[in-house]
Amino acid sequence: MLNFIRTRVQQGTRTADFPGGKPALPERFRGRPALDRSRCADCAKCGATMPSQLLQIDADGRPSLDVGGCLFSPEEAAACPRGAIQFTTDHVMASRSREGLRTERGEIELAGALDQRMRQLFGRSLRLRSVAAGSCNGCEAELVALGNVVFDMARFGIQFVASPRHADGLVVTGAVNTNMRDALYRTYEATPEPKLVIAVGACAISGGPFRGSPEVADGVPSDIPVDLWVPGCPPHPLTILDGLLRLLGRMPGPRAMRGR
Amino acid sequence: MSGFDALGLRNRRAIPWASVPVESLPSFRDSVVTAVHAGWRVVAFFGLPERAGASRLLAVLAQDERGELGATSAMVEESYPALSPDCPEVHYFEREIAEQCAIEPRGHPDLKPVRRHPPDHAARSRSAVFDREAYAFSRLEGDEIHEVAVGPVHAGIIEPGHFRFQAHGEEILRLEIMLGYQHRGVERLLEQVDAGRSVLIAESIAGDSVIGHGGAHCSAIEALARAHKTPRAQAIRGIALELERLANHIGDLGAIAGDIAYQPAAAYFGRMRGECLNLLMTLSGNRYGRGLVRPGGTLFDIPPGLATEMGERLVRLREELEPVATLMLDNASVQARLEGVGVLSRQHCTALGIVGPAARACEVPRDVRHDHPYGLFRFAHIPVATAWAGDALARSLVRWLEIQRSIDFVIEQLGALPRGPIRVESGALQPSELVVAMVEGWRGEIAHVVLTNDAGGIRRYKVVDPSFHNWGALEVALPGNQISDFPLCNKSFNLSYAGHDL
Repeated sequence: MLNFIRTRVQQGTRTADFPGGKPALPERFRGRPALDRSRCADCAKCGATMPSQLLQIDADGRPSLDVGGCLFSPEEAAACPRGAIQFTTDHVMASRSREGLRTERGEIELAGALDQRMRQLFGRSLRLRSVAAGSCNGCEAELVALGNVVFDMARFGIQFVASPRHADGLVVTGAVNTNMRDALYRTYEATPEPKLVIAVGACAISGGPFRGSPEVADGVPSDIPVDLWVPGCPPHPLTILDGLLRLLGRMPGPRAMRGR
Repeated sequence: MSGFDALGLRNRRAIPWASVPVESLPSFRDSVVTAVHAGWRVVAFFGLPERAGASRLLAVLAQDERGELGATSAMVEESYPALSPDCPEVHYFEREIAEQCAIEPRGHPDLKPVRRHPPDHAARSRSAVFDREAYAFSRLEGDEIHEVAVGPVHAGIIEPGHFRFQAHGEEILRLEIMLGYQHRGVERLLEQVDAGRSVLIAESIAGDSVIGHGGAHCSAIEALARAHKTPRAQAIRGIALELERLANHIGDLGAIAGDIAYQPAAAYFGRMRGECLNLLMTLSGNRYGRGLVRPGGTLFDIPPGLATEMGERLVRLREELEPVATLMLDNASVQARLEGVGVLSRQHCTALGIVGPAARACEVPRDVRHDHPYGLFRFAHIPVATAWAGDALARSLVRWLEIQRSIDFVIEQLGALPRGPIRVESGALQPSELVVAMVEGWRGEIAHVVLTNDAGGIRRYKVVDPSFHNWGALEVALPGNQISDFPLCNKSFNLSYAGHDL
């Protein structure tokens, strides 16, 4: 018994000050990408070495960003020889629409809250079911981490449950491959209305690193309506938590909790 | 034997493809079976299309005591006599060959799909052995036998897989595991995409083994490009690999505690796993170490200030870990709950070619860092940790021993980083060469076998995750246990679905 108490005291309280405090993210952390138009020469050289779908280059050769296609790799920043593409340490990235992640310079249209009826239903108690459909298990590992004492998602009334029948929504990870397609639709159908769908990670948004493989659908199919898109590869747990709280209308201010 | 072991093949040493023997099918079969009976172990066994209607089978074997690798091959058309009846450790590889290459291993005792996809490495004009939609589960008959099906969508946040139990009351009589739900076509992608994308795909083979698979990929490329990375790059990669091991082993102990409802250890280990991920994030900008390991070295350095900071954080972590491990592993009720659960016998372990902590918990001391040393591990050694009982407790103890050894190792290496650049140029690949790059990931042996074509492109890219070897261990360890102990047994192996499914 003494050992229990001693260890408990030694371990202390580790829960992150969230939302509120500034998250302790290291200098090298690759968060929201940004495009500095003043450094961009419209030379389109970035297109040649870009290993992801982060860049969209229009007919005039002008680049813009699709954060939903970003793999958050150092190479994506290095693709611009003039340093116009940079990763900020800002972890806040979730959007309500796929279009909200397509941006001129990286200013994502951040997720707004659900309507009043949905907030009344889910605002203080949200039960989610996780479906991994052609992922690497990185995103799911971060979903698991949301349950640990540091992120402690349960303090906001959000929990993962064992069955879609018990759930208010699905969290979909992975590029939605052929072998999970049917299971995803059936899980979606088994979830009672009204329900939410949250797409977590580059794979669920755009196919991620597996884009173009004949075995995957390059993300959540369009006939499953998505309520929240969370970019990342995988997203930091705080990116997911921030998105969920925005959806529930529980973040203090629209731009609260910004990193640098 | 035909001298396949005299090729000079070693971990990460490329050899000309032309030097790999091409034997007749009977002689090939005899070479592999004889070698396995003489103590060699199958690292990889797969096929590649050679010409219309014909494929080449390639077997890569390891002699762990001497640190040697061997390879041999044979031409095959529609079928060949299966090796499995005389060499059980290839039974799963042969199912994979049937699925990928549309070649039938005749006389295979349990020929079924592995991942359920159309053939993606078949010679032209071959048609699939399996129907994608059809999978026949084996079934026990009897008045009081019942069947329980679990998955692919599980109760927790777990990857998809399907488990079919034949049970008598609570007692499991047979377990059959059907996987493939995470299949993304990784090998094909690695053969087709350009080098800039391929490293990102390698990092996404199994999201908890980014350094392991990323490192195997980069080492294979470096060997084919004759790029010699600096001792500093080797040290940083070695440190990152051990941080990855620490994060996952600590997380596993927490998850095992969670599955036996021992909450304090579950909460504390869960938090301390995060400390290791945060160290990887400090180093690489990503909690899983993405972006660190690249062909030719690493993209991020550990300057002296950072080395000191990381060392101090690890010393604190070491002090916090010890009491929690004691709290858990010295507790009689924890021991009673883990002892005798999910026992893998040593005979099954060697017959099935099990790797990693699961093998070391059966007193089979396989460890790539020790047996086929590479990079940092040629100069600095981590003792191989073993236990003997082969049960969930032994697998937990091996993890705790490895945590202690890895944390000491990383602290020591951070204080002794060699000077020099972190990256060298890694250019064009040598044409028509074969390389085997093995890494001791936290789950065990990760092997990437890469063959280049005559233009220096990738002709065949074979990935063998430790889970590919080890899922079979769960099937043999479960009979006799209770169904309700399945989550605990599964967690004590903690195998990757994504790594297996590719």
